[in-house]
Amino acid sequence: MTAPLLSLRGISKSYGQIRANQGIDLDVAPQSIHAILGENGAGKSTLMKLIYGVEQPDVGTVVWDGEPLSVASPAEARRKGIGMVFQHFSLFETLTVVENIQLVVPGRKADLTQRIRTLGRDFGLEVDPLAHVHPLSVGERQRVEIIRCLMTNPKLLILDEPTSVLPPQSVDKLFDTLRRLRDGGVSILFISHKLEEIRAICDRATILRGGRVTGHVDPREYDAHDLARMMIGRDMPEPMPALPQSGGEKRLEIIGLDYQPDDPFAVPLSDISLTVRAGEILGIAGISGNGQSELAALISGEAVLPREQRDRIYMMGKDVGRLDAAARRLLGFAFVPEDRHGRGAVPEMSLVLNSLLTAHPLNLIRHGLVNKTKATAFTNACILQYDVRTPGPEAEAGALSGGNLQKFIVGRETMLSPKLLFVAQPTWGVDIGAASAIRRRLITLRNEGMAILVISEELEELFELCDSIQVLHHGTLSPPLVTQATRPEEIGRYMIGAHTASQTADRKALP
Amino acid sequence: MSAFSAAFLPTLVRRERASLAATLLAPPVALAAATVVNLELYVLMGRDPVAVAYAMLLEPFLSWASFSEVLLKIGPLLLIAQGLAIGFRAKVFNIGAEGQFILGAIFASAIPVWFPQATGQWIWPVMLLLGTLGGALWASLTAFWRVRLNANEILVSLMLSLVAAQFLNYLLLGPWKDPNGFNFPQSVMFQYDAMVPILISGTRVNVSLLLTIALSIAAWIFMQKSFIGYKLQVGGLAPRAASYAGFNEGWAIWLSLLIGGCAAGLAGAAEVAGPLGQLQRSISTGYGYAAIIVAYLGGLHPIGIIVSALCMAVLYIGGDNAMVSANLPIAAVRVFQGSLLLAYLVAVAFVRYRLEWRRAAYRSQP
Repeated sequence: MTAPLLSLRGISKSYGQIRANQGIDLDVAPQSIHAILGENGAGKSTLMKLIYGVEQPDVGTVVWDGEPLSVASPAEARRKGIGMVFQHFSLFETLTVVENIQLVVPGRKADLTQRIRTLGRDFGLEVDPLAHVHPLSVGERQRVEIIRCLMTNPKLLILDEPTSVLPPQSVDKLFDTLRRLRDGGVSILFISHKLEEIRAICDRATILRGGRVTGHVDPREYDAHDLARMMIGRDMPEPMPALPQSGGEKRLEIIGLDYQPDDPFAVPLSDISLTVRAGEILGIAGISGNGQSELAALISGEAVLPREQRDRIYMMGKDVGRLDAAARRLLGFAFVPEDRHGRGAVPEMSLVLNSLLTAHPLNLIRHGLVNKTKATAFTNACILQYDVRTPGPEAEAGALSGGNLQKFIVGRETMLSPKLLFVAQPTWGVDIGAASAIRRRLITLRNEGMAILVISEELEELFELCDSIQVLHHGTLSPPLVTQATRPEEIGRYMIGAHTASQTADRKALP
Repeated sequence: MSAFSAAFLPTLVRRERASLAATLLAPPVALAAATVVNLELYVLMGRDPVAVAYAMLLEPFLSWASFSEVLLKIGPLLLIAQGLAIGFRAKVFNIGAEGQFILGAIFASAIPVWFPQATGQWIWPVMLLLGTLGGALWASLTAFWRVRLNANEILVSLMLSLVAAQFLNYLLLGPWKDPNGFNFPQSVMFQYDAMVPILISGTRVNVSLLLTIALSIAAWIFMQKSFIGYKLQVGGLAPRAASYAGFNEGWAIWLSLLIGGCAAGLAGAAEVAGPLGQLQRSISTGYGYAAIIVAYLGGLHPIGIIVSALCMAVLYIGGDNAMVSANLPIAAVRVFQGSLLLAYLVAVAFVRYRLEWRRAAYRSQP
């Protein structure tokens, strides 16, 4: 074996009580795609931050290209030829895409704009270089991050869960890109918990669990099941089959909804129609930034329709287009938003106080005063039932990991026993065990007769959960596709807008 | 070079959770730091720091007469600060308590100015109510423009304070001037029934102090126990969570400003119907602004605010003492107040952040 490009020996890092990495050894060969595999909280992101110079290890040595290395800052890492795409993005919201890239890549704005367009076309990373970052969706921001890294011509590229926001066609395209980069001499550190992807593209895999290395393997020699066992330390939970269900009453109906947002960067919606019935899960697929957040806000009541728009959104048979979020909740609606910190929960407040946020109608208020005993009991029940890992109900929500906070929010909303539950990105950033627990819970609720609407970018998740799927693309919604009779590639075509284009082409071809 | 500076300059690192110790230590540390800095300033000015410190910080406690003046000063500071703190917790920054205080004083004065012959025990309570109403009305101008046009409440309320001061000037130089007052810009002296009854005989401390303490307890219940107070805090900490839960933002802005306006207006009424006994140009010696410092120094917590109001009142009385006995300029008290707020803001940063000296040991290692 040739000398490794990057070699870590005995790397440890603690944050207060938490030992995020303990004695990590890792060798990345030149011209290889190397997977770092592990659940959320296994220490993958910390390890990458140490390599990229965001944080310094407490002990341990790093050898880069045969030389001892200590990276004091990401800027230094970039100069040495290490690039990284973070899971949580580091873009300046008030600048445009090209200005963000200009901060790390020298060059004239016009040239950079051109290069961004070329890279975007080549790798399917389309984004408007002149758009400001603040209105961009999470998916679009990640594309900007990937482009920014590719532009510095790194020798080692670190990708933190890069595929979670891409449709299947683009994942293939991205893998193609990564293979070409590898063949061109770039090594890639690929962080993921998607086992099939890792088996498809990676030459080596290092598995982390609880901050320690539990194995160095060739992922192609193991099947996904084995890898998962190494990763979570026990067998994978089986997905739960949904009971066949005949159509119940309509709990949510949207009829020909058009919406022109005030924000010029937001996506306008046109002619959106969907129906969710009792005992049914409807999934909305699509790459984020195609109108998901706009549609979600209109359904949740955080945005209301203008006065002249009547008879567009019905919940439990009532026209709710002009009702605010609280009024819709009174009808039996509950919502798990995609962002947990600052929207689904107040990070600075305790879990008990976060329970009050939406569960206050469950007699948690008496004579205008908070009934602390009942609120604490509710919180404890939620922690217990949904296996929220926390020191206790008085812990600040912000101190919980993303996955645990999500379990808490899902728990809080489902304990309201709503008639209609709306979940946006149910398992984003949630580890495998918790994700499958959340999915099974949703299916149980469906079987008990709840109407559930799910927005997700993860196709596998939608296929596991949903009775039917509609695809959101450029603010328009596809007709409903029955999940069992549909292949992922078909959804994928809708996701990139190819479906409608080919249909028109077909029609044109007809004499 | 960058490695050198990085090794010796600490960086601010966000704590995993808010530090309780830092929360409790911030006010006393800020008070101590501001005291030390200001005493040094007095040395530079050629004053005797020991004499100044004695006059400023000890003398107010040494005689019943001067301590009763401290109790008198606590009233308006405490009342205004409790009202403002509720808004500040909701991130509605009412900086115009000064103007609301003046309007409260004007509204309260309307009865004795227009009906100087009226008698009866109903007069002073009605004056306090009118003052509360006046402060609320003045604050509602700010609330209206904030909710309607998203006009920044800091600027609107601050500028309305200047308008209020000019309105007071107009009244005192024109329609409300005491005809027998030798052309001084002040109203008639109020009749006996227009004065809040004295609480402790031999002092100027009146019943409004009891009212203020009762309202402080009410503020504590409101902010710590009530669901409405909870909603306001959610709106301040995470506006998107408030809109997610369906808490109405406009309503929160109205409520925050009205509570602040009511408190400041009541304080203004209690001031003219209490120690002053007439409407004057100098009814407020910056209470509306000092109360902002009191609110923050008390950690925006109703109990903390009681302590910080006491400190600020001591500073007012002690500053007056020092002006007389140590020949300190009048601006010295303002400088002390300002440095106190600055020191507190620095100290409170350590509630959520800590200093970290980067490890030089790791860096030197290959």
